[in-house]
Amino acid sequence: MQEPLIGRSVKRSEDPRLITGSATYTDDIQKTGMLYAYVIRSPYAHARIVKIDKAAAESMEGVTGVYTYDDLAAYFKAPLPCAWAAFPDLKNPAHWPLAPQIARHVGDPIAVVVATDRALAKDAADLVEVEYDALPAIVDPAQALAPGAPKVHAELADNVAYRFNYATAGVDAAFAQADVVVKHRFMQQRLVPHALEPRAYVAEYHRANGELTLTSSTQIPHLLKLFTAVCLGLPEHLVRVIAPEVGGGFGSKLQVYAEEIIACALAMHLGKPIKWTMERREEFLATHHGREGIMEVSFAAAKSGQLQGIKVDWIADMGAYNMLNGPYVPILGFLVLPGPYANREFGCNITGVFTNKTGTDAYRGAGRPEATYVLERMMDLLAAELGMDPVAVRQQNLIPADQFPFTNASGITYDVGEYHGALDTALKAIDYAGFRREQMARVASGSPKLLGIGLSTYIEACGLAPAGATHGSAYGAHLYESAQIQVHQTGKVTVFTGASAHGQGHETTFAQLVADRLGVAFTDVVIRHGDTAAGPFGLGTYGSRSLVVGGMAIWEACERVRAKATRIAAHLLDVPEAQIEMPGHVAGDAPQVQHARAEGHFNGCYCVKGSPERSLSFAEIAARANLASHAGLPAGMEPGLDVTVNFTPSNFSYPAGTHICTVEVDTETGKVDLLRFVAVDDCGTVLNPLIAEGQVHGGLAQGIAQALFEELRYDEYGQPLGTSLMEYAFPSAPDLPSFETQFHSTPSPTNPLGAKGIGEAGTIGSTPAVINAVCDALRHLGVKDIDMPATPPRVWAAIQAAGRQQ
Amino acid sequence: MNRIRLSVNGAPAELSVEPRTLLVQAIRDQLNLTGTHVGCDTVTCGACTVLLNGEAVKSCCILAVQADGCEVTTIEGLAAGGSLHPVQSAFQECHGLQCGFCTPGMIMSTCGLLARNPQPSEAEIRDGLEGNLCRCTGYQNIVKSVQTAANAIAQQPVEAK
Repeated sequence: MQEPLIGRSVKRSEDPRLITGSATYTDDIQKTGMLYAYVIRSPYAHARIVKIDKAAAESMEGVTGVYTYDDLAAYFKAPLPCAWAAFPDLKNPAHWPLAPQIARHVGDPIAVVVATDRALAKDAADLVEVEYDALPAIVDPAQALAPGAPKVHAELADNVAYRFNYATAGVDAAFAQADVVVKHRFMQQRLVPHALEPRAYVAEYHRANGELTLTSSTQIPHLLKLFTAVCLGLPEHLVRVIAPEVGGGFGSKLQVYAEEIIACALAMHLGKPIKWTMERREEFLATHHGREGIMEVSFAAAKSGQLQGIKVDWIADMGAYNMLNGPYVPILGFLVLPGPYANREFGCNITGVFTNKTGTDAYRGAGRPEATYVLERMMDLLAAELGMDPVAVRQQNLIPADQFPFTNASGITYDVGEYHGALDTALKAIDYAGFRREQMARVASGSPKLLGIGLSTYIEACGLAPAGATHGSAYGAHLYESAQIQVHQTGKVTVFTGASAHGQGHETTFAQLVADRLGVAFTDVVIRHGDTAAGPFGLGTYGSRSLVVGGMAIWEACERVRAKATRIAAHLLDVPEAQIEMPGHVAGDAPQVQHARAEGHFNGCYCVKGSPERSLSFAEIAARANLASHAGLPAGMEPGLDVTVNFTPSNFSYPAGTHICTVEVDTETGKVDLLRFVAVDDCGTVLNPLIAEGQVHGGLAQGIAQALFEELRYDEYGQPLGTSLMEYAFPSAPDLPSFETQFHSTPSPTNPLGAKGIGEAGTIGSTPAVINAVCDALRHLGVKDIDMPATPPRVWAAIQAAGRQQ
Repeated sequence: MNRIRLSVNGAPAELSVEPRTLLVQAIRDQLNLTGTHVGCDTVTCGACTVLLNGEAVKSCCILAVQADGCEVTTIEGLAAGGSLHPVQSAFQECHGLQCGFCTPGMIMSTCGLLARNPQPSEAEIRDGLEGNLCRCTGYQNIVKSVQTAANAIAQQPVEAK
């Protein structure tokens, strides 16, 4: 007898290897004869490469060579990809793995040194003399749009990568007729993702048969296989990508990186395995960054607080090149800019801009944190304008639970939600009214330490992606996901998923799903991912898609295996198929699995209804399906129980919720202390609460870090200010409180599990809640807004500036 | 090149290292103990933490020659006789890890912390692990793991400690 596993906090199968140091990450791999690559990068934000003198470096013992674009150009058959030619006018200048003539950001790869030892390669790099002719750099994305601004790409008319314009028919009228219009300009700072495992690659090329194997710390092994083949002009079926243990990604490993292609080109050129491992410094220079933009937002509203229109002008910094998904990131934000509110008038203009900085792309949340930030900050500014409580203005505008499905002003259809319910739960958990009293008492006491409370009622669009949402992809990528189930002769089950995990725990959660759906023991299921030579093409892990897309592919595959197993059982037990049941499964398998859980136990058997003694275990059926005589199968049935499924979701999923937090702000120093953080999230059916809570915790930490700590700044010449973790305020344990998390679940009707996704909710909902709390503490002093991160100097300066104005 | 002698996870090891070789490089590249990770190369992230004569140190800021004659314990040496150390068990029990990259360093730091302070408060745990960065967990379940480990160790029979 086995308890149903869906909904249970099963301990992770991944952990034994991770807690004993026996997991293999890319940099742990050693190959016979392996050589080490070290990339020489531009120290200038914009420069012409005049001359590269390799002689001294190449004369060092142990140095194989120094290679520039010209040396490897024969291998580079296509530039690095931008998969989202989402708009016909997207300007997509060539982005080569090594800069051919012009370096366009600090960190742009100029040459690569190969040597027998990692340290030796770095020593030799110091001897390579590169002569540059510095060019004017453009750093600020708004200034990049000014006439006469230095151009990042000389061949283009200006620095515009693309423009996206959208407006509902009535949006201008809504603004003309509104009682109040509130307008504000928000900054989104540049963040550095910092997965803790540095990017690392090992490339091997077998000249005899033309096969290339790239081991990569990637989130997208299958897509990387495709793009590696394209970039190097290799037949795709002879390229294999392996993502071994991958130490976090957060979007930063959802990329086709220059160093991946360089390592492969070197392996082809030299006939030796090549390893490249990033130094942390290079995360600041050459791993794509997140966010950065300027967003001017207007709200039209009635005096009652009813929101009547939203307008957004968004300048999004692409950096020096269009990265794999960079241009699409703001579009994801556009989709959810109407938020969880019932307003139907909306206008949005997005301008993607090139600057002489590292390229930007997906970072946990990807566009949706930016959208949610401005929306939730604006709700507070609207409340302040109208003299309303921030909670009341939200309560008035949230979509009521009986209005679903609800098509929002950007055109996507929210499936289900109880936004008011999540808000109420959060208010109760934090004792909103009680804290307001405490806050007033603190002000009255004259203490320099003020209290603030802030919330955000967020929604996100996850489960990338329904085919209609991805039609702009240049590569026709419908973001489906694959699942392949292999049923062994003994009834053990191997599942290949295209969703390649890098910390999310798929090996556990997916096995829970399979065990329940097939009626087999959890320990009889193994989940495999991350090797393009094992299992079908898959799209990878990002956008909170693994469970709602990858998991549903597995669900569907299980359905097919079970249907066949049922036919075989009926045949062997000599009853009609309809007479076979799996105890514990609800008739017809109702979508909401919590109902199934309540139904009792599984025994892993397929038995005759009403005669449980007439039964076959899954293992017996598997044996009959595979090895037994033909008598084991119905006439004409193909042997075996294996299936392959590609699942395309019919809609996005829409996790939502309320995040609310309290802060204490020291007005004398500007220091913000986060006192409590309550997150009430609706991620639909929760498959494994332990893992889902863990996802929320990590997401909150990253969202809070954007609000209070992290920023990569550049000087006017395009030099990044600080390129080590000594200078970048990556939060450590004392910087964060313990979070209070709850789930307020409304199962999604768009998939049979009812899941919505939980990977990004913490990051999306938390950032505005924190800044709203800081501004709430200081509102009576005249502080309206504080740019992120709200560091002590910024908070202190905002207080001083407000004091001068009053 | 310099010859150094170490005791690594209870076994003697003799290595030939450059004067500039870092302890973490010797551990990973020469001893092939790849459970000790390099996350930042600037002594910030703590993924490389090992026990040196019983004390938690970041092996990226110690030269291998400085460790000559010392006892080194890495993550691979923690599970004595095949059974998990209570700190390891607690990290699994409490979901104190996700991608696992910071985990060996986090576990070794926890061992060092609990050796100094067997029953730390939450604030002491957070301060004690300040030098170990994790991007996945938000630290909450790491704190819980350390508390769970502390309790488990406290309940062990004396001879097992």
